[in-house]
Amino acid sequence: MNLHSVDLALNNFPRVVGVRQGRIAFDLPPDRVTPELLEVLYAGRSARMRCSPGATVFLRRAAPAVPSTAPDRAVFPYAFWLVFGLSLAWSLRAAQVDPGALVSAEARANVWRFVRGTFPPDLSPAFLRLMTVPVLETIQISIAGTALAVLIGLPLGILATSTLTWSGVLHERRRRSSRLAGFLPYVVARGGLSVFRSIPEFVWAFMFVRAVGLGAVPGVLAIGVAYAGMLGKVYSEILESVNPRPLETLHAAGASRLGIVLYALVPQALPNVIAYTLYRWECAIRASAVLGFVGAGGLGQQIELSLRMFQFDEVLTLLGILFVLVAAVDFASGRIRARVA
Amino acid sequence: MPRPVLAARRRPRATLWLGVGLATLLVWSYRGAQVDLGGLLGGEGLRQIAVYAARLFPPDLSPTTLGDAGVGITETFAISLVGSLLSLCIAFPLSLAVTRTLLYRGVLYEASPLPPAARALRIGVYGLGKAVLNVLRTVPEIVWALIFVFMVGLGPFPGVLALGFHTGGVLGKLFGEVLEDVDPRPLEALQATGASRLRILVYGVLPQALPQFASYALYRWEVNIRAAAMMGFVGAGGLGQRIHVAISLFHEHQLLTLILAIYVIVTLVDALSAYLRSRLV
Repeated sequence: MNLHSVDLALNNFPRVVGVRQGRIAFDLPPDRVTPELLEVLYAGRSARMRCSPGATVFLRRAAPAVPSTAPDRAVFPYAFWLVFGLSLAWSLRAAQVDPGALVSAEARANVWRFVRGTFPPDLSPAFLRLMTVPVLETIQISIAGTALAVLIGLPLGILATSTLTWSGVLHERRRRSSRLAGFLPYVVARGGLSVFRSIPEFVWAFMFVRAVGLGAVPGVLAIGVAYAGMLGKVYSEILESVNPRPLETLHAAGASRLGIVLYALVPQALPNVIAYTLYRWECAIRASAVLGFVGAGGLGQQIELSLRMFQFDEVLTLLGILFVLVAAVDFASGRIRARVA
Repeated sequence: MPRPVLAARRRPRATLWLGVGLATLLVWSYRGAQVDLGGLLGGEGLRQIAVYAARLFPPDLSPTTLGDAGVGITETFAISLVGSLLSLCIAFPLSLAVTRTLLYRGVLYEASPLPPAARALRIGVYGLGKAVLNVLRTVPEIVWALIFVFMVGLGPFPGVLALGFHTGGVLGKLFGEVLEDVDPRPLEALQATGASRLRILVYGVLPQALPQFASYALYRWEVNIRAAAMMGFVGAGGLGQRIHVAISLFHEHQLLTLILAIYVIVTLVDALSAYLRSRLV
């Protein structure tokens, strides 16, 4: 049965096969089809999934085997709206929301000053020439940071893959104790990845600026660490979701564990791993452009400088450059993804 | 069963060039960013990081710091929640303006094409909507925050506005795509019964689109809780402001407490969002 409604497939069928570019990406029961897999599967096709913080569910998960009981259903909407209304009312106060401040005479004067200062953008050759270095630096930070993230995220992601460390066909012949020895690194790697990705790259950058000084290096480190957390998690999801049958076949044929990994696991996982890494690079270019706000180099530092000195015409130029840069990277990465994955 | 084939076997030449290009880019990037990988991972850099990390411990768990972290958590949560709702209010009307299938083409206009003048006007509306969304989206949250701090002064409110504007741009684009992608058949059926365009929107388009809207909104909320945690760096309240102060004044133990607070609130919001999505969508 071939259908493109993922909801329907997940809810009604015992087995879901994901096909990408004429090749099988995964072949799983619906409850093991994770949002990350779907994200990877649709990564090249849709511009919708933009820079999520690691995990995103866009589609309904498989329906629970036991339908929820009727009274529970009746209560949920009321409870939800009650809690929502209360937290909203309280949040409005906590966030000191004051729409009046937006239309006060002072705010209007500031807006006018801002708008007048912004146009026309500063397109003088001297300024543009001055900005080539920060633009290149932003690109360099994004590439170096993504590479560092792979360097950190890949080993951790492999350790965080249950089928590689302690469960599944690779470990059926191992003793209990040696399986436990694989379980410990698995837990540590999962925890580490979760910490890496839950702390925003902005905070990482600020701490690295403190630790190693100003410049592009803390930017590279911040992207490296924060994105390692996201890459590692998705890598492990990809590795856990490969079709197990080739692994079992090789296992039955007496292949070594290394042989099974090299000939059954890697070929299945590699295209998705590459696609997701490139997708993260697109996010890294956006991130590297703002990390400069805490002194981590690149375009962000220039934008902050110009804003602080009230040179709004320069800000407009810089934002224009950022727009072009992001669009160009999206385009390049999309092309490479379409080829590789 | 067809097995995936390595890309290398399909197009050896192209893949080779891609690899060479990638390697060149990497070397260029590391040189340009002045990252001395050997020095960093081998000696001085790593030592500096270790020294700094060691100074963070133990976290400061005194009642004052915990209280401050608590206020920071509530403020960050409030900024993300109100900011996300504001973004919905901005995104929804704009998304209607960039839905071509409602404005001037598609099944609704096949039977009765618009007069050229009206059509040109609506194409203009579409272009304008797209342009506004692009501007909202291109400017990063942190830049919006600086602009609004400049306008309305320090505090969490400019953070709310910044999240609302940037996320409004992102969601507006996504919502527009969803609206254009809905199944056209119910719309056609409604039109055949003589329903007005408003009714077609309310009874044909929105019921199909709302679950997706909710899903996207929750996903952006997860992004926004992280963004809200950095708003404070430019004076827009929340945990970021406290982290900024702690780092600037070398209060490392407090810093660790605040970072743990970020971890807690981000993890909580992720879990809550996942739960709501499974219930609502």
